[in-house]
Amino acid sequence: MGSNRDWQRSVVSRLKSSRQLPRVLFVLALAPLMWGAGLLASDLVQGTRYLGSNPIKELEHFTGKWTLRFLILSLTVTPLMALTHQGWLIRYRRTWGLFAFFYACVHLTIYFVLDVELNWADFGADILKRKYIAIGMTALSLMIPLVLTSTKASIRRMGNIRWTALHRLVFATVILANIHYWMSVKRDIREPLLFALIFGVLLGYRLRAWWRERAKRPGAGSAALAKAPTA
Amino acid sequence: MIIRRTPPHPIASSEITPESVYLNRRQFLEEAGLLSVVALAMPSDLGRSRVAQPQSAYPTTMGSDLRSELTPWDDVTTYNNFYEFGTDKSDPAANARTFRPRPWSVRVEGLVKKPADYDLEDFIKPYKLEERIYRHRCVEAWSMVVPWLGFPMADLIARVEPSPSAKYVEFITLNDAKRMPGQRIPVLQWPYVEGLRLDEARNPLAFFAVGVYGKMLPNQNGAPLRHVVPWKYGFKGCKSIVKIRFTDREPRTAWNLAAPDEYGFYANVNPNVDHPRWSQAKERRIGEFRRRATLMFNGYADQVASLYSGMDLRKSY
Repeated sequence: MGSNRDWQRSVVSRLKSSRQLPRVLFVLALAPLMWGAGLLASDLVQGTRYLGSNPIKELEHFTGKWTLRFLILSLTVTPLMALTHQGWLIRYRRTWGLFAFFYACVHLTIYFVLDVELNWADFGADILKRKYIAIGMTALSLMIPLVLTSTKASIRRMGNIRWTALHRLVFATVILANIHYWMSVKRDIREPLLFALIFGVLLGYRLRAWWRERAKRPGAGSAALAKAPTA
Repeated sequence: MIIRRTPPHPIASSEITPESVYLNRRQFLEEAGLLSVVALAMPSDLGRSRVAQPQSAYPTTMGSDLRSELTPWDDVTTYNNFYEFGTDKSDPAANARTFRPRPWSVRVEGLVKKPADYDLEDFIKPYKLEERIYRHRCVEAWSMVVPWLGFPMADLIARVEPSPSAKYVEFITLNDAKRMPGQRIPVLQWPYVEGLRLDEARNPLAFFAVGVYGKMLPNQNGAPLRHVVPWKYGFKGCKSIVKIRFTDREPRTAWNLAAPDEYGFYANVNPNVDHPRWSQAKERRIGEFRRRATLMFNGYADQVASLYSGMDLRKSY
């Protein structure tokens, strides 16, 4: 038992101080993109059919789902830190958030360049007339201020409280991104439902934390509303 | 009423096909096989032009002008919406592999002078099979060009003689979750039901398909019998048909039941009436890089527009 603990501790401390870990994670986070690009290249050059009959649609779904997966990773950091008491994990929260934004941008680019074919009129009509496109665009737009203030310098400049308040926007992004995915599906909602459940757990954790925080402050009542959970 | 059940034994007595029919089928297969030569290279931006196309031995009675645009066999048989075998486009090809479309019987019933249970072979026998190259436009805004093999729907209607009170014809897919695993999940109300107004069904374009590319219909494409109405969105075509019912009431069709505000009974291809969640103005032809404009009635306005004169196509979508 004791040696098991020691072993755990040594692994954690190694990971914590590892200079390789950030690089490994960076490469891993790029792997889906490389994978998708590789399949596309093979289909184009070798005539394989990895991406099937409608590769553009396939790539849109592929990058959209990876955006959601990186959002899941970024929202997992805070609860994981609390559960494991490993504060250093926070270093990677920004990494996952930035990659979520990155994949969302690739997603939008594929849609805009390959699907809409750079046709601004079609693009405008899509945003105005199709709710799920407008919702997706909003979800992505709300990530921009978070990306712009993702540096340590920004946190210092804004102060912890204001920075945290701003970065709660990610919850809006997550909700809108899920609606966007749900609405784009024709009939079989099993996969969007699975994503929604995972996000539900991650958002539920924060709601619970906020609720407990509120309960802890006797008589604080509505004043506690102002103090919401950390992002 | 006859209740048919799939026998538990792998080979039912009804499956022992009479020799004459057997020989016919052999001929059908051989003819198809003999002429399965490398066909026209597809002008495709996606590098699939070297895929060999099976070619048909049957006369092409419509759509010869579309021959140069044929969607490759690989796409036609692997990119399918056939929810009875799963909701992913690639599911039907994977999950229908062990489906056995024989023996098969088709029941004609309802307001009709000659209701009957047909063995598939008897159902098809009176007709000379012909090839028709049709545009196929899915409501999801992708499209194909498919060489169907079959016979005109009007010929069957004439044969079974609907009574004067019949106004609609309803098509019903096999309902058997053991053979169609997708039916275990209630994504749609099973069995799949589609329907046409009788005058639509009598239009010369309306077609029963038993094959594609000169071969028997692959399971994932709706074996052994499906119908094709090329001026309508793809979901109007009912696959693996076991029942054809003539009625005086508008059929309650599967997608219309599932989402009435999104999928109407008519479902005519119309670039001016958008799906509530996406535009129908353009489509992606499978295998092509650029999207193309969707044509009114999928390019068949000359043949079918008169069916809808005086109707508001925005309301009757």
